[in-house]
Amino acid sequence: MRTARSLLVISVLLVGCGSAPASAAPGHPVEFIENRGSDTLVNLALAWAELYQQEQPEVRISVSGGGSGVGLAALINGTVDIANASRQIKPEEAEQAQAHGIRPTEFVVARDAIAVIVHPANPIGRLTLQQLSDIYSGQIKNWSEVGGEDRPIVRLSRETNSGTHVYFLETVVRLGQKDNHTLFSTDTLLLPSSEGIVSEVRQNPNAIGYDGLGYVPPDLKVIAVSRGVGEAYVLPSAATVNDRSYPIARDLYMYTAGEPTGVVTAYLEWILGQEAQQVVGKLGFVPILTGAQP
Amino acid sequence: MNGATGTPTAGGQSARPRPRRDWGEAIITRLIQLSGYSAVVFVGLIFFFLVREGLPALVDVPLRNLFGTRWYPIEGYFGVVPLLTGSLVVTVGAMAIAVPFGIGTAMFISEIAPRWAREVLKPLVELLGGLPSVVLGFLGILVLSPYLRQLLDLPTGLTALAGSLLLGGIAVPTIVSIAEDALDAVPRSYRDAALAVGATPWQTMWGVTLPAARSGVLTAVLLGMGRAVGETMAVMMVTGNAPVLAVRLASIVSPVRTMTATIAAEMGEVASGSPHYHVLFFIGMLLFVISLLVNVIASAVVFRQRSRAERVLS
Amino acid sequence: MSVSGSPAAAPASDSRRQFRATSVRRRRVQRIGFAWLSLMAVATVVPITLVVLYIVQQGGPAISWEFLSGLPSDGMRQGGILPAIVGTFYLTLGTALFSVPLGVAAAVYLAEYAQENVLTRAIRVAIINLAGIPSVVYGLFGMGLFVLFLRFGTSILSASLTLSIMTLPVIISAAEEALRAVPQAFRTVSVSLGGSRWQTIARVVLPQAVPGILTGVILGLERAAGETAPILFTGAAFFLPRLPNSPLDPTMALPYHLFVISTQVPGMPLQIQYGTALVLIVFVLGMNLTATVIRSRARARRQW
Repeated sequence: MRTARSLLVISVLLVGCGSAPASAAPGHPVEFIENRGSDTLVNLALAWAELYQQEQPEVRISVSGGGSGVGLAALINGTVDIANASRQIKPEEAEQAQAHGIRPTEFVVARDAIAVIVHPANPIGRLTLQQLSDIYSGQIKNWSEVGGEDRPIVRLSRETNSGTHVYFLETVVRLGQKDNHTLFSTDTLLLPSSEGIVSEVRQNPNAIGYDGLGYVPPDLKVIAVSRGVGEAYVLPSAATVNDRSYPIARDLYMYTAGEPTGVVTAYLEWILGQEAQQVVGKLGFVPILTGAQP
Repeated sequence: MNGATGTPTAGGQSARPRPRRDWGEAIITRLIQLSGYSAVVFVGLIFFFLVREGLPALVDVPLRNLFGTRWYPIEGYFGVVPLLTGSLVVTVGAMAIAVPFGIGTAMFISEIAPRWAREVLKPLVELLGGLPSVVLGFLGILVLSPYLRQLLDLPTGLTALAGSLLLGGIAVPTIVSIAEDALDAVPRSYRDAALAVGATPWQTMWGVTLPAARSGVLTAVLLGMGRAVGETMAVMMVTGNAPVLAVRLASIVSPVRTMTATIAAEMGEVASGSPHYHVLFFIGMLLFVISLLVNVIASAVVFRQRSRAERVLS
Repeated sequence: MSVSGSPAAAPASDSRRQFRATSVRRRRVQRIGFAWLSLMAVATVVPITLVVLYIVQQGGPAISWEFLSGLPSDGMRQGGILPAIVGTFYLTLGTALFSVPLGVAAAVYLAEYAQENVLTRAIRVAIINLAGIPSVVYGLFGMGLFVLFLRFGTSILSASLTLSIMTLPVIISAAEEALRAVPQAFRTVSVSLGGSRWQTIARVVLPQAVPGILTGVILGLERAAGETAPILFTGAAFFLPRLPNSPLDPTMALPYHLFVISTQVPGMPLQIQYGTALVLIVFVLGMNLTATVIRSRARARRQW
C-alpha cells in the first residue's frame, strides 16, 4: 500500500512537470492549427510548422501524416484545419465533402518531381514512360528485358492512400490517359512509407521504386526518364520541373474547408511567401516562386 | 445469516437496524454487478459496431467483387480473398514455428530444467513476451528481411516468411507461459505412477504428462494463434503488403498482405460512410468472427476435456 | 518388470540381458531427447534476448538527459523524445483510470457474487473473446465509437478508452484468480465476526488479493503501453508542438513514434531510432519486471 501511494505521488509530480513547460508562456492566447495528410508533404509541413512557430509563438501547429487520403478524409470529417495532399481532390471526395457541407479550397504550395530510383549497382540509368508503365503493370518482369542484368524486378510502391501512389498510377502506369484502366501488378510491394521504399531499394539490387525527390537520399541512383523513344532522357530537378522537361512532376496542395480564416489565413499566406519557399528548396522540393530557388 | 447483507446476529445482542450501511452496500453491490456484466456489454458493443458499419459492405459492393481476388480499393476492387490468404499463410507459418518451439520449451522448463533454471527461465520468457511488436517490426525491416533475401536468394526479403518468423517469436512466449502452467498443474502422482511402472522420464513426459495437460496446452496453442492472427504492426512492416493471392507453397516466400495490415494502413484515409470504409469494417468483422471461432473451439475442447476428466476421476 | 514383453518362460539371464539392452537404448533416446529439448529452449530464449541486447547496444549511445527530456527538432531528427514519453505515460495513466476500477469490480463480481448460471458463463465467454480480439479491430471500434460517434475526436480520451477495453480481460482474469486464491477461511472468519459481505470483501479479501491484482494490472498496462494499432486512429499524432494540455488533445506516444521515425522520416539517424526503441523496451520491460518482483515477494509474504 505504501508503494502504491508513493507511485501515485510520483505520477502526480510527473504530470505536473509535464504540463509546466506548456503553461510557461503566459498571457498569449494560444491558437491551434491541425494539419494532416500527405506523407510526401509531412516533412515539409513539419519544417514550415517549426519555422513559423519560432516567429509566431502564439500559434501552435500539429502535423500528422497518413497519406493524402487521410488528410482529405479528415477535412471532410471536420477534424483538421488544413489537409495536405500530393494529388488533387478526387471527384468522389469532393462529393463527400459537399454531402458533409464542406467546400474544399485548394492552394498549390510547392511542386515535386517523382524520382524513380534503383539500387546504385544497377546498370540501367534511363527508361521511357512506356517502359516504366510496363514494368509496374507486370508486363516486364526481368531487368534483362530493358537491357540490364538477369534479375527479377521487384516493384516498390507507396500505399494506395498515398497521393504519390495515385499520381504515379495516373501519370506513369496509365500514361496520363483518362480511359486507361491498367493497374499496378498484384505483386507490387505496397510499403507504408517513403523510408520503407528507400531502405529496400538501398539494399536490394532487384528493386525499383518511386517517390518524391525530397525523399531520395544521394546514395541512391535516380533514373532519367523520357516521354518516349527518341525524346530526351531527363533527370528530375527543380529546373527540369519548372521548365516541364521532366515528365513526372506534380503540384503539392493544401486544402481548407471553405475560405480560410484567422490564423490559418496568415499561415497559408506565409507558406506562399519567400521565406517558406526557401525551405521548400532546401528539402528537395520545387518552390513555386522562381525567385526562391536556392 | 441475517437478510440481504448476510450479517449474522451476534449471540445475545439485539440486531440493531443499520439502514445507512445496508443502503450503501446495496448500491455498491449493484455497481459491482453492473461491472460484471460490462464484459458482455463491451463484446456486444464491439460486435454491434462492426456489424453496423461492416454489413453495408455487402450492399455497397457486389458479392463477386467482395469475394474476388483483386484488392485495389481506390479503383473499386474490393476482393478480400488475397487478404484472407495472406493472413492465413503468415499465421500457419507462425504456428509451424511457434508450436514446436513453444511446447518444447514448456516441456523443458516444466520437466527437465533444474529448479534454479526454472526460476530464471520462466520470468525471462514472460519478460520477452512483453516486447512490443513495433520493436520487432523495426528490427525486421533493418535486419531480418535483408538477411532473408541474401540467405534464400529471394527477390526481396519482405515476405510472408519474415512475418511468420516475427509472429512465431511473438506467439512463443504466450504458448510457453500457458503450456508450462498446464504441465505444472499435472499432479505429481501421474508422473510418479508412470515412473513406478518402469517408464523413463522421457516416456513419461510425452506419454503421460503431456496428454494429461492436453487441454491446457491446446489452450496455449490457440491463444498463441490468436495473437498471431491479430498482430498488426510487425506484419505491416515486413510482409511487403502486396495483395498477392497466396495459395501455393512458394507463397511463403512471396510478399503478402494481411487483413490486419490492410485495416491499419487504409483506415485513416477513408471518408466515413464510403464503400471503402464499410469494407474495412467488414474485414474487421471477419477478424472478429475468426477470433470468436478460435475461442469457442478452445472453450469447447477444454470443457469437454474437463468433464471427461471429472467423470474419470470421480 | 520389462515392458518389452519377453515371456516369463525365457531363461532368466536372457530376459535380464534384453531388459538391460532396452533400458540402455531408452536411456540414449532420453539423452538425445533431453538435449534436443534443451536446444529448443535455448533457441527460444536466446534470439529474443539477443534482440534486446542488440537494441541496448545500438541505442545506448543515444540516451542522454537531453534525449529523454527535450523536444524533437529539425523534423524530429534531433533533440529529444519527451513528448512521446509523456504521451505514453498519459495514455497508460488514462487506461489505468478506466480499466482498473471496472476490471477489479468485475472480478469481484465473478469471484464473490456470481452464481454458476448461464449469465456467468456468458460473461466468461465474453472475457475470453475480448482477450482474443485483434488490436487493430479495437482501433477500428475505438475510432467508430469514441472518435466519430461520441465526437471525442483524436484524443488521449479516445485512445485511453480504447486501450482500457483492450486491457479489461487481462485485469479481470488476474484479479479474479487473485481473489479466488484467498482461502475461504478468511471470509468465513470475517462473516462470523459480524462482517457483511461487502465489508468482508473490502476489508479482508481484497487486501489479501492486492499483490495478485497489482501484478495483473501492471501486465495489462504493459501491453497497453506497447500497442500501436489501437492508438493509430484514436489518439496518436505524428508531431505535436507542445505537450498535451487536456484529455481532448491528441498526443505523441512511444510505440507510434518508433513506427513513424523508422518508416516515415527520411534521413532519420539510426541511433535515434534505436534509442527510441530502447526507451520503449525499458518502459515496458520495466513494468514487467516490477510485476514479477511484486508477485514473488507477495508469494513469500503470503499468510496462507
